[in-house]
Amino acid sequence: MTTERRKDSGARRTRVAVGSAGAEARTRPAARPAEVAGLVTLTINGQTVEATEGMTLLEAARSADIYIPTLCHHEQLSNYGACRLCSVEVLRGRRSRVVASCIYPVEEGIEVQTESERIAKHRKIMLELILTRWPWVSEDLLEKYGVQRGRFQERTSFCFLCGLCVRYCAEVKKADVLGFVGRGTERQVVIYPEKALEACPTCDGGKMGCRSVCPTGTIPNEFAHTGPRFGKKLPLAYPVRSYDEDNVRDVLHTVGDWRMPWVRGQARPSG
Amino acid sequence: MPRLKSAADLQKLREEIKSGIDPKRPCVTICSGTGCHAYASEKVAEAFAAELEEHGLSEKVSLRRTGCHGFCEKGPIVVLLPDETCYLSVKPDDVHEIVSSTLVEKKLVERLLYRVDDGKPAATEDEIPFYKHQTRLVFGNNRLLDPKSIDDYIALGGYSALAKALSEMKPEEVVETIKKANLRGRGGGGFPAGLKWETTRNAPGDIRYVIVNADEGDPGAYMDRSLLEGNPHSVLEGLVIGAYAIGSQEGFVYVRQEYPLAVDNVTTAIDQMREYGLLGEDILGSGFSFDVSVHRGAGAFVSGESSALMTAIEGRVGEPRPKYIRTAVSGVHGRPSNLNNVETWANVPLIVNYGAEWFAGIGTEGSKGTKIFSLVGKVNNTGLVEVPMGMTLREIIYDIGGGIPNGKKFKAVQTGGPSGGVIPEDLLDLPVDFDELAKAGSMMGSGGMIVMDEDTCVVDVARYFLNFLADESCGKCIPCREGIQEMLVVLNRVCQGDGGEGDVQTLEELGDMMQDCALCALGQSAPNPVLSTLRYFRSEYEEHIAKKRCPAGVCKALVKYYIEPDRCQACMICLRNCPVGAIEGGKNLVHVIDQARCTRCGTCIEVCPERFGAVVRLSGEEVPAPVPAGTAVR
Amino acid sequence: MWLSGESPEIRGGMSTMEQELDKVDEIIDNHGGNSEALIQILLDIQHEYRWLSKPVLLRLCERLDIPLSRAYHLATFYKHFSLLPQGRHSVSVCLGTACHVRGATRLLSRVTEAIGVEAGQTTPDEKFTLSTVNCLGCCALGPVMMVDQDYVSNPNAKALEQIVASRE
Repeated sequence: MTTERRKDSGARRTRVAVGSAGAEARTRPAARPAEVAGLVTLTINGQTVEATEGMTLLEAARSADIYIPTLCHHEQLSNYGACRLCSVEVLRGRRSRVVASCIYPVEEGIEVQTESERIAKHRKIMLELILTRWPWVSEDLLEKYGVQRGRFQERTSFCFLCGLCVRYCAEVKKADVLGFVGRGTERQVVIYPEKALEACPTCDGGKMGCRSVCPTGTIPNEFAHTGPRFGKKLPLAYPVRSYDEDNVRDVLHTVGDWRMPWVRGQARPSG
Repeated sequence: MPRLKSAADLQKLREEIKSGIDPKRPCVTICSGTGCHAYASEKVAEAFAAELEEHGLSEKVSLRRTGCHGFCEKGPIVVLLPDETCYLSVKPDDVHEIVSSTLVEKKLVERLLYRVDDGKPAATEDEIPFYKHQTRLVFGNNRLLDPKSIDDYIALGGYSALAKALSEMKPEEVVETIKKANLRGRGGGGFPAGLKWETTRNAPGDIRYVIVNADEGDPGAYMDRSLLEGNPHSVLEGLVIGAYAIGSQEGFVYVRQEYPLAVDNVTTAIDQMREYGLLGEDILGSGFSFDVSVHRGAGAFVSGESSALMTAIEGRVGEPRPKYIRTAVSGVHGRPSNLNNVETWANVPLIVNYGAEWFAGIGTEGSKGTKIFSLVGKVNNTGLVEVPMGMTLREIIYDIGGGIPNGKKFKAVQTGGPSGGVIPEDLLDLPVDFDELAKAGSMMGSGGMIVMDEDTCVVDVARYFLNFLADESCGKCIPCREGIQEMLVVLNRVCQGDGGEGDVQTLEELGDMMQDCALCALGQSAPNPVLSTLRYFRSEYEEHIAKKRCPAGVCKALVKYYIEPDRCQACMICLRNCPVGAIEGGKNLVHVIDQARCTRCGTCIEVCPERFGAVVRLSGEEVPAPVPAGTAVR
Repeated sequence: MWLSGESPEIRGGMSTMEQELDKVDEIIDNHGGNSEALIQILLDIQHEYRWLSKPVLLRLCERLDIPLSRAYHLATFYKHFSLLPQGRHSVSVCLGTACHVRGATRLLSRVTEAIGVEAGQTTPDEKFTLSTVNCLGCCALGPVMMVDQDYVSNPNAKALEQIVASRE
């Protein structure tokens, strides 16, 4: 049952091109000849895995119950490839390279290592960098990679720009209430209150879908009811990064368990 | 302008234009690239026009504003044809003498000529070492034509390659020719152009695009700008040939909006091409149709990355995409798109005209043809130079560049821009070659070659590049956005004198991770300047960290200025110029710097007369105790 | 505050009421009303108005049927666009590598002193906007700066004073 479902998501995936960066999914290049969606055999951590053409390494791994940590990945949304935590080592012939498994398509005969020394080293330092923004990364994950806190100075902002909220609002809700602004370290997510007033009150039964995909709980929960908050003069845009601890704790309690496990370092339960 | 309907039409037009030109007629050519323009070359041109009018020579002598000549250190440059007399650093006031002496009396104005080492004046360009050692295959025509005139280009043989390709070669043959020539991308990647063309041509789909990448962003590199401003047709001709070879009907030229003259000249060139029918339907009667549009950039270095550039052409934010599916297969709108650099395209007409074997005969085993470099920084002859691949860095910096000014010692040359690294003195005999430079930990890059001397601090240079990249990173992925910032925190700490043990290791760990895990080449190559300077100048980092010393005397926090009492002659110059009034002293009284007030701006050491040389820069050592106030000068 | 999209009262700059949105329509039509030309359209608008104000961007989004978030991402991603009115004269100091090794940092301090604002800011009287640029491509003049269309090579404090005084 599970394997079939995974294959289906693989087939579904072919309609959304790998590596789309923007809100709109891009169509894949022109149709392939008649032998569509063949089977691809590859090895992951020494284990032989059968996948469908068009699947990503991440999907193939999950179909074989092999765990790869992710932060910016979500099944309902286009692949973004921004957090790079899902990086794995791919050996093809004699060439070895590090790729983001959430976007890299499966290829016949490649050998994938999800926990090699090189990868573990990189994940460790990436987690240290994430900690500077968001102190509540799951302890299991930190322990697994031997991450020590404190090497880098904290610049706590809670949001580390995974883009899940922006993509959710654009692709699933088609409302574009949230968006990115700026560049580099000034890049941030903002909410456009005027649009929020229109779209948010009816989103997911008033629960605001973006909050349910946000891994850090940064999105303020009063946002759907912004009118009274801001008074008559709405700002054009409002940054989502909040420094309000109460708000964040509130979200951690109310969001529900199904969201948290993959952040705590365990594989997402199927279903 | 009559529309050209065949290759024969073009040839006829060329002969017509040439017959109207008298090769013996004197012509005053004035370099009008942005560099010389900044030196007021336009005023020189106007002065010539007026002077010729006055002497009644306006009909007998023609005046031409040309593209960049390359010797930017000595601009404005005036070359008198047909004698090829080359005058340098010409000012409007010199024009009268040039006209009356050289044009009328055929006498040289010696003071405007270049002086070779033994003091002899060089009358023509090829006697000048800067030019003598170059091989200006691509850049050479800049000096002969007015970039705003398509007729000038045609008279020099322009578009003959296009005519040849369209009438005598099949598209696949053109691709084969470029492959055999082994033309590698000149934008930095060095990827074989022929292979990219082939992939694009064979990718599934009906619509393909060809793109000129003129988003030259490496600071210190301006070759593409000068080529696009100075000879836009050479680039466009290459583009049309490439479109024919690949099977593309639509092309784009993506230019930085910071290059307004380039935008102007390429737009004019395109309009002229359309009028002659060199763009549009049924070009030269071949049945092949193609047109091109100009896209301006809006100020983002990262948008010069190929996948980001294509995203920008679609009207979206120019952020890079992962390239597991190559842009040659899926680029603009998901269609096969072939992107090449300005200089790469400009090489194409030469290869078509003279053949793949000719091209492959120039350069080294792995790197064929010539490369244009911008030789800048602490070098005597700043400018754009074109040399065959395989020439050594030493030859370029010393024979062409004239070595380091002010008798300073060479320290390193930085190549490849923010993605590249430094090459130290003991590697100066390395040939310029894609693979050789990569092996040394740097890269060819787009061609920026920045010379540094003993007064340059490499830690500061690494920090400079990281600052640049922090500003230009798109911010999408964690390795680049957070990694660059953290590396910058460490480097700033080191330059402030707060470096500690473990800092170098942190830089190396972060660098390793970014090289492997960043989403695009900006992030992946961001650590290069740091890792490269660590490789060759590790001791300089260690001095900053362990001894709080900056050997080059650049890092302000690690530097103190001191006036040696034995040498001070109380001339009061430093005292008067100090912006914060930190120097005490008076007539005949030794000057003393108040270290607490000193901001280390460096003005005092600059203004102290050379014959005294009383101000010294100290680093990593204690400043001697000041002499008592009122001490007299010796 | 920087994203309020409204002309700050203290500046006395163009009020949003005076914006001729017809001009915006014209620019859009010049590019065939094509959303792919979005960046080109924004460049023309920036050139015309010296900034991208909220009513102008709203009109743009309406005409091209694009979300406001996309327009603002573009407007804040690219250095050339400004969400605040720019000064009448632009001053840019080159911080390219060649200029850097020749002392661009010191030049920037002198310029900041002379004009009275930091890089990225506009003077209160809207006379100057100071910015830094990552290579002007005239490295032989380094360290170099531009004042409107004029290039100035390594001016000292006095020369800078003159430049400031000479512009209206």
